[in-house]
Amino acid sequence: MTRYIIRRLLWGALMLPLVSALTFVLFRILPTGEPARLRAGNKASPTVIAELRVDLGLNRSLIEQFWLYMKGIFLHFNLGFSYYSDASVKSLIFDRLPPTISLVAGAALIWVVSGVAVGIISAVRGRSKLDRASMGTALVLISAPEYWLGLIALYLFAADIGQVKVFPGAGSYTGLTSDPWQWFTSLILPWLVLAATNAAIYARLLRGSLIEVMGEDYIRTARAKGLSERRVILRHGLRSAVNPVLTILGLDIGVLLGGAVLVETVFDIPGIGRLNYDAITHSNFPIVQGTVLAAALFIIVANILVDIAYAYLDPRVRFS
Amino acid sequence: MSAAGPLLAVEDLRVSFSTEDGTVHAVDGISYELAQGATLGIVGESGSGKSVSSLTTMGLTRAQGADISGRILFGGRDLLSLPESDMRAIRGNDIAMIFQDPLSSLHPFFKIGAQLIEAVRAHRDVSEASARSRAVELLGLVGISDPRRRVEEFPHEFSGGMRQRVMIAMALANEPKLLIADEPTTALDVTVQAQILALLERLQGELGMAIVFITHDLGVVAEMADRIAVMYAGRIVEMASAELIFSAPQHPYTWGLLRSIPTLAGPREQELAPIPGSPPSLIKRPSGCHFHPRCAYSQPEHAVIDPPLEPVSLKDDHQVACLLSAEERQQIWSELEASQGPRPAPTVPQGAGE
Repeated sequence: MTRYIIRRLLWGALMLPLVSALTFVLFRILPTGEPARLRAGNKASPTVIAELRVDLGLNRSLIEQFWLYMKGIFLHFNLGFSYYSDASVKSLIFDRLPPTISLVAGAALIWVVSGVAVGIISAVRGRSKLDRASMGTALVLISAPEYWLGLIALYLFAADIGQVKVFPGAGSYTGLTSDPWQWFTSLILPWLVLAATNAAIYARLLRGSLIEVMGEDYIRTARAKGLSERRVILRHGLRSAVNPVLTILGLDIGVLLGGAVLVETVFDIPGIGRLNYDAITHSNFPIVQGTVLAAALFIIVANILVDIAYAYLDPRVRFS
Repeated sequence: MSAAGPLLAVEDLRVSFSTEDGTVHAVDGISYELAQGATLGIVGESGSGKSVSSLTTMGLTRAQGADISGRILFGGRDLLSLPESDMRAIRGNDIAMIFQDPLSSLHPFFKIGAQLIEAVRAHRDVSEASARSRAVELLGLVGISDPRRRVEEFPHEFSGGMRQRVMIAMALANEPKLLIADEPTTALDVTVQAQILALLERLQGELGMAIVFITHDLGVVAEMADRIAVMYAGRIVEMASAELIFSAPQHPYTWGLLRSIPTLAGPREQELAPIPGSPPSLIKRPSGCHFHPRCAYSQPEHAVIDPPLEPVSLKDDHQVACLLSAEERQQIWSELEASQGPRPAPTVPQGAGE
């Protein structure tokens, strides 16, 4: 078990430099805007631009730039500085992390609980009207784009522009520590919108997986023991059926921590997704690069956690 | 429970399933009795209804939307009319079942001990600790060495034969009065088969439970069964004591089953005689005698008349559903026997390791 975890961690440690190198290639070698010109503004003279190129290290060879970049990341944990504000990318990302974590954690809680509940009911009452109704709703929610759902939610329920003024609208996010109640209410609509699509996907996934598992021989054995159907489903069935859900949950959370771009943008939540969106629209490459790296880090860590959780859940993984 | 009556009496049991293609008549009016401590072998090809009839006895076909009629009297109570909660109290307690594929019949994620403990505690209000010591005792009972260590292991750390022993231990957890064994040796190697059969015989001797042994292989039940019921297309076509089934079989299908068992006694060049054709569809069954399309002795009227299960003679408890006359059957079987030489009841390899 320990060896398995160490193997997974080593794999993760190998992935990080690879991803870092890839982002370097993406942003420095492939054609992009000229960073010095962006930094200097519209009317800068060629001399100013040349000076800036020296300042930003852009006059060095690509190999040298790559070396400095990798050294910065791995020795000094330095992700560079914003072209516009000189703020360090690292501190910008750390500042934007709490809203994103708040958004993703709350939404994940909602979508896991509701997705799993609907999935179980649909699987157990397969082909019933309830099953068909919930799977139909799920299909609609999966097909609906998040920004569209978000706009609809604001149009219907936001305190400022909504038809029924119930929840605080866009831009009302406040930190948890400064005003917990405001934090909670401002996140209700974003949570629901982000959770809706995922809950639908999870419900369908778990339904399919549970229906398959309930046909297994060991479920028949569990019934033959005289266990209640409830115990057969929740202990024997769900235990096996939850694996694919767990896999996708790890990846989803990893991806979303790297920025729930659409939802953060629609609801104007100052998270990593919003930071990334703004950086892209202003060609602020160090920030884009930093957020991409952060996202990659989250996905790698989430993957490792999923693998470890797998080993806990499935004894056969531990021994192979 | 009255001591005099049979432990299990199945009366005119019918089980059918509605499917998109039509109604599947899986079990079509079977009746049999089983005394306490006795063994009934139910023999037939896949799709003859032998598993469905036993799953119905366990109450496990209800949830699949089966249409069930008839009676299954267990200790005088009709299991078919019991509510699910009462049926659950009987399942795994008074009636237990083991299955064909031990590799997939245990939950891969739970330790052997946990699965045994669960079986005990499903019916006994005992502490975790005493259920655990019972689990260890059960593993020892079915011949698994070092049971104290092995309860901590997972199913994938056991071989197929060992997993079937675990399944048997689990079935015996609450000392059932009836054990239903549904092809328990089919998925196992021949030597392991013999061990499992010997184990079941020994345990039956020690615990005194009745066994319904379902198999497609007459040879497997030859030693164990007191009575044998041969099933075809959802019906019992012949039922008698094991001796009579082997010494004076009456139904052409039983002849086919007997002639398709290899023996060590016969000459080496003797070829096995497979039964031609394949089992009929249970949705659209053949008219008349369901076996007539595959029967070498069928007459034109056999496609019209549906034979009932009737006593062969007054003196023996032997029933057959066949349109041939008793004399014709007698003559055909003696000719078959003469053409093949003596055919002793097949024996299974004895008790290696038991």
